[in-house]
Amino acid sequence: MTRTTYREALRTAHREALLADPRVFIMGEDVGRYGGSYAVTMGLLAEFGEARVRDTPLSELGFVGAGVGAALGGMRPIVEIMTVNFSLLALDPIVNTAATLRHMSGGQFSVPLVVRMATGAGRQLAAQHSHSLENWYAHVPGIRVLAPATVADARGMLAPALADPDPVVIFEHALLYNLEEDLPDDWQCDISHAAVRRAGTQLSLITYGGSLPKTMQAAEALASEGIDVEVIDLRVLRPLDMDTIAASLRKTHRAVIVDEGWKSGSLAAEVMARLMEHCFYDLDAPVARVCSEEVPIPYARHMEEAALPQVPKIVATVKAVLNV
Amino acid sequence: MFEFKLPSLGADMDEGTLLEWRVQSGDAVHKGQVVAVVDTAKAAIDIEIWQDGTVLALQVQAGEKVPVGTVLATLLAPGEQAGAALASDTPRPVAGLAPLSRPPQEPAPSPASAAGEATTPVPQSATPVVPGTQARVRISPAARLKAQTLGLDVGSLRGSGPDGAITLADVERASAAQPNPSSAPATPAAATAPATDRQTEIRRAIASAMSRSKREIPHYYLLETIPMARAQQWLAQANEGRPITTRLLMAALQLKAVALALQRFPELNGFYSDGQFNPAKAAHLGVAISLRQGGLIAPALHNVDQLPLDTLMPALADLVKRTRAGSLRQSEMADASITVTNLGDQGVEAVIGVIHPPQVAIVGFGRVAARPWVDAAGGLCVVPTVTASLAADHRVSDGHRGGLFLAELRELLQQPQDL
Repeated sequence: MTRTTYREALRTAHREALLADPRVFIMGEDVGRYGGSYAVTMGLLAEFGEARVRDTPLSELGFVGAGVGAALGGMRPIVEIMTVNFSLLALDPIVNTAATLRHMSGGQFSVPLVVRMATGAGRQLAAQHSHSLENWYAHVPGIRVLAPATVADARGMLAPALADPDPVVIFEHALLYNLEEDLPDDWQCDISHAAVRRAGTQLSLITYGGSLPKTMQAAEALASEGIDVEVIDLRVLRPLDMDTIAASLRKTHRAVIVDEGWKSGSLAAEVMARLMEHCFYDLDAPVARVCSEEVPIPYARHMEEAALPQVPKIVATVKAVLNV
Repeated sequence: MFEFKLPSLGADMDEGTLLEWRVQSGDAVHKGQVVAVVDTAKAAIDIEIWQDGTVLALQVQAGEKVPVGTVLATLLAPGEQAGAALASDTPRPVAGLAPLSRPPQEPAPSPASAAGEATTPVPQSATPVVPGTQARVRISPAARLKAQTLGLDVGSLRGSGPDGAITLADVERASAAQPNPSSAPATPAAATAPATDRQTEIRRAIASAMSRSKREIPHYYLLETIPMARAQQWLAQANEGRPITTRLLMAALQLKAVALALQRFPELNGFYSDGQFNPAKAAHLGVAISLRQGGLIAPALHNVDQLPLDTLMPALADLVKRTRAGSLRQSEMADASITVTNLGDQGVEAVIGVIHPPQVAIVGFGRVAARPWVDAAGGLCVVPTVTASLAADHRVSDGHRGGLFLAELRELLQQPQDL
C-alpha cells in the first residue's frame, strides 16, 4: 500500500499505458509542454517524445475528430479535453461518430478511443468551466462512461478503458486531483460495476465522482448520530450497474442520490426512475436527491458553495427521508 | 358529468377485475341498472349504477384489475351536453392497492420545488381534500407489500414516516403486536394469483375479514335454548299439500324472526366504522352460505322483516343458488347489516359466530332436535329445541340488551303464524 494522489495515480496509469502499448498516444490542449491543465501528463513529453504526447490547437472538434480517425486507423488514442464544458464542441465526433460507427458499419469498424475530461465545480471558475454534464454522455448508447472517484479507480480504470474496443469517456472531477489516499496493492479494477464504499443498513446514499468524498463525510456525520447509511459509488455511469444498487435497496429500503448535476434530466433522475422500475416494492420512503441548484454555477465563493451539494444538505435530506 | 367508480362490495374487498361491460359509450342508463360485471375475490358480481345518465366514456377495459374507487366510466347527467362536460374532464386517478380509509393528504405544489429545492425530499404542505373524494392510505410500497403478506389492514396502522406515512417498521410493529401473526395466511403469491384461483382468493378474503374481526371487535357471546315445537308443527301444517319446490324451511322462519326481533334492537343491526356505530336503515340479513368447493359467503337478503314467508323462501333459495353459481349482485355483496349462520343441517349443537366487520353482530342457530325440557309446570318432557347464539360487538351493545334480543327471538318463534 502506498500513499499517493489522484493526479499521480492518473499519471502513473498513463505512463504505464504508454510503456505497455506502442499504439497508445496522448493528445489534447497543453498536455505536452505545459504538462496538462491539471498536471496529469507532467513529464510525459520528455519521457516519450512529441509523437506520443501531442499538443493540439484549441479546437475540440478537430482534435477529438482526429482521435476518432486514429482509433479507426488502429491506434489507441487518449484524448484529453480541459473540461466537460468545452467538450460540447466535440459532441459531434463523440456522439455522432465514435458512438455510432460500430453499429452503422454492421460491426466492421470499432473505435477504441479514450476521451478524458475534467468536470465539476468548486474552484470559482464560474459558469463556463464548472458544470457537470456527465449525464449528456451517459444518455448515449455506444459509449461507456466512467467516473473514477478514488485514487484506486484513477490508477485502475485507464487500462481496461484502453482495452475496451469501443469508445470510453472518463470524467475526472476537478476537485479530486489533489485527493490523497492509500493506494491498495490490488488497485486493478473492472469498468462495469458500482462499488459499495461504506456498508450500512438504514439508507443507501448513491453518488459518483466529485460528490463521493462529500457523501462519505455525510455518512460519517450521520454515523456519529447513530444513523447507519450505506454509500454506493456508481463508478460506471453508463451502463448503470443496477444489480449493486438494487441489492443495496433490498437491504436499506431507502435511498438518497447525490449528484452534482442539475436535477432536471439528470443521472439522479435516471437512478430514481430505475429504482421505481426495479425496486418499487422494496421502497419504504420516497427516494430523494441532493443536486446542484438549477442555476449556472456562480462565480462568487459563497454562492458557488450554496449552489452545490454539500455535507449539511446531504445530512438534512437523509434525516428527512428517515423522519428523524 | 359524474363518475362511476368501482364500489367496495364488502369490507374485505380492495380491488376487482372488470369482466364485462353491459353498456357502451352513448347508452342511456337508469338507476338500478346492471352496467358491468366485476370479479372480486369471491365471485363475479353484477354492478348496478345508482344514477340516471348517459355513458360518456368507459375508462377501464374488460380484463383490467383496478382498486376500489377507480373511475370505471364517466357519465353525463340527464340534460347535460358532452362538450361542456369534457371541458371539465378530470384525469383518471392513479391506481392503488389499499382500501381507501385515511384522511386524504394531497401534496400542494410547492414553489421551492420548481426552483430545484435540493433538501426537500417530499412535499411538506398538505391540504385537505373535498369531502367525498377518496383518499389513499399514505404508506410506502415496501410497507404495503409487507402488510399484504401479513394480512394486516393498513387502514388501521399509524404512520411514523415522513408526513405520517406508514413505513415497514410500523407494519412490523403492528404485526409483532398481534397475538398470533402466524394465523394470517395471505401470501404475496396468493395476492397476485389469477382470479381463476378463486378458492385461494376466498380463503384469503375470509382470513383477512376474520382476522380483522378478532383483532378489532371485542365480542361478547350469549346462548339461548328455544323450544321449537310450535314452529315445527306450524311448518308441517303449512307445508302440507305444497309441492316440494315451494315448501318452507325452518331457516326461513328463523331469518324472519331475527329480522323482526332486530326492530327493537337497532344496536345489533348496522356498521361500526371510524370509531362510531351507524345503525342500518333496513334489516338486510347476511346469510352465511357455504360453497361447495370450500369457503363461504354471506350475501344480503334484503328487507327480510318486510317479506312474507312465501316471498322470503324463494328469495332465499334463489340467493343460495346464485351464490353457489358465483353470480351475485353488488347490493347483495355490500348491504348485509347483520349475519345469520345456521349450521343445524350439519348436526352441530350450537354455533358461536365471528362477526363480519364492519357489522356488529352475528346470530347462530344449531340443530333443531328433541331434547329433555322442563315445562312451565315443572314437569320433565321431550321437546324439539334449538340453541340460538348471539355474538355481538361490545363497543356498540351490552350483554343485557343482547339477552333481551335473544328472549325476543325466542318469543317470536313461539308465534310462527305471525311471522
